[in-house]
Amino acid sequence: MIVFWVLAPLMVLCALGMVAVRKAVHSALLLAVVMVSLAAMYAVLDAPFLFAVQIIVYTGAVLMLFLFVLMLVGVDSADSLVETLRGQRLAAGVAGIAFAVLIVLGITQSTIGASVGLDRANRDGNLSGLAGLLFSRYVFAFEVTSALLITAALGAMVLAHRERLTPKPTQRDTVLQRMRDYSSDGLDPGPLPTPGTFARHNSVDTPALLPDGRVSELSISRVMRSRGTVRSVVPLMVTGEPVDGEVRQVEGGDA
Amino acid sequence: MRTTPFLVLSALLFSIGAIGVLVRRNAIVVFMCVELMLNASNLAFVAFARQNGNLDGQIAAFFVMVVAAAEVVVGLAIIMTIFRTRRSASVDDASLLKY
Repeated sequence: MIVFWVLAPLMVLCALGMVAVRKAVHSALLLAVVMVSLAAMYAVLDAPFLFAVQIIVYTGAVLMLFLFVLMLVGVDSADSLVETLRGQRLAAGVAGIAFAVLIVLGITQSTIGASVGLDRANRDGNLSGLAGLLFSRYVFAFEVTSALLITAALGAMVLAHRERLTPKPTQRDTVLQRMRDYSSDGLDPGPLPTPGTFARHNSVDTPALLPDGRVSELSISRVMRSRGTVRSVVPLMVTGEPVDGEVRQVEGGDA
Repeated sequence: MRTTPFLVLSALLFSIGAIGVLVRRNAIVVFMCVELMLNASNLAFVAFARQNGNLDGQIAAFFVMVVAAAEVVVGLAIIMTIFRTRRSASVDDASLLKY
């Protein structure tokens, strides 16, 4: 019971925080706290199997899935505070609190009687007790669950599938396109030049030098140039002590 | 060990989840609140299993977990599809069927 009185306020606080916090990632982390505490509650309530399943399935799989989708959708996406229905938030809060008061009063006013306890049901172990029930009385529900899981997997596949609007270009198509570009616009049909390789830098953010000393614009990814992370060759030539003379020689009269 | 405190906690968590579903606009947070409600009902199931001295409640909680896992997969796939087409995960934006 000590576990309960320590964890229950924490769980309620975290659940409230989950609803109140604006960023979805914080909500997910607070939900993780609630779920792990819930697993501890199951352990207190003589349900060791559900304790393990709660941690593995909920905290492990479901919450990771939530975080995964959050990362895909964008972590920064905060909730909009615009109310589309006027007074809806207030009404929802009042209705929710009224519901909570009603149901808590109902529970506390009713007399449940002394708890029987699971010592007799768990005498062969919790796991064999659950398995005995699952494969005898609930075997039909268990089989239906398999159909549900297959349907869910198929549904997720169908939803995640994206239809191709244009046929995928084959290797032959790309070659022909290159030759067409060459004949019409004079573009080089060969591969693009590789980024620059120097004694100190062989990273992709350094442009290559052409034989006449100019910088090859094609050797740097377009994305890096628009981000502004391209390293200039000039400081390498000016400050780099060991390679200085060498590069200057290669550079010729251009610097 | 009395059962009532567990039931009260379960009711509180369920109500908080319900408020969250009604109040929040981000589809993923709404989904998390639904999960919280499912978990709250699970807690009530397990508490009643101990109260009545049989394992049927734990079986029910187990089935709820299975269904919740399947539901999360499909629901998040739907959210991803909506996000792909309209670049937003807000439940207010997906209102085209209304018109």
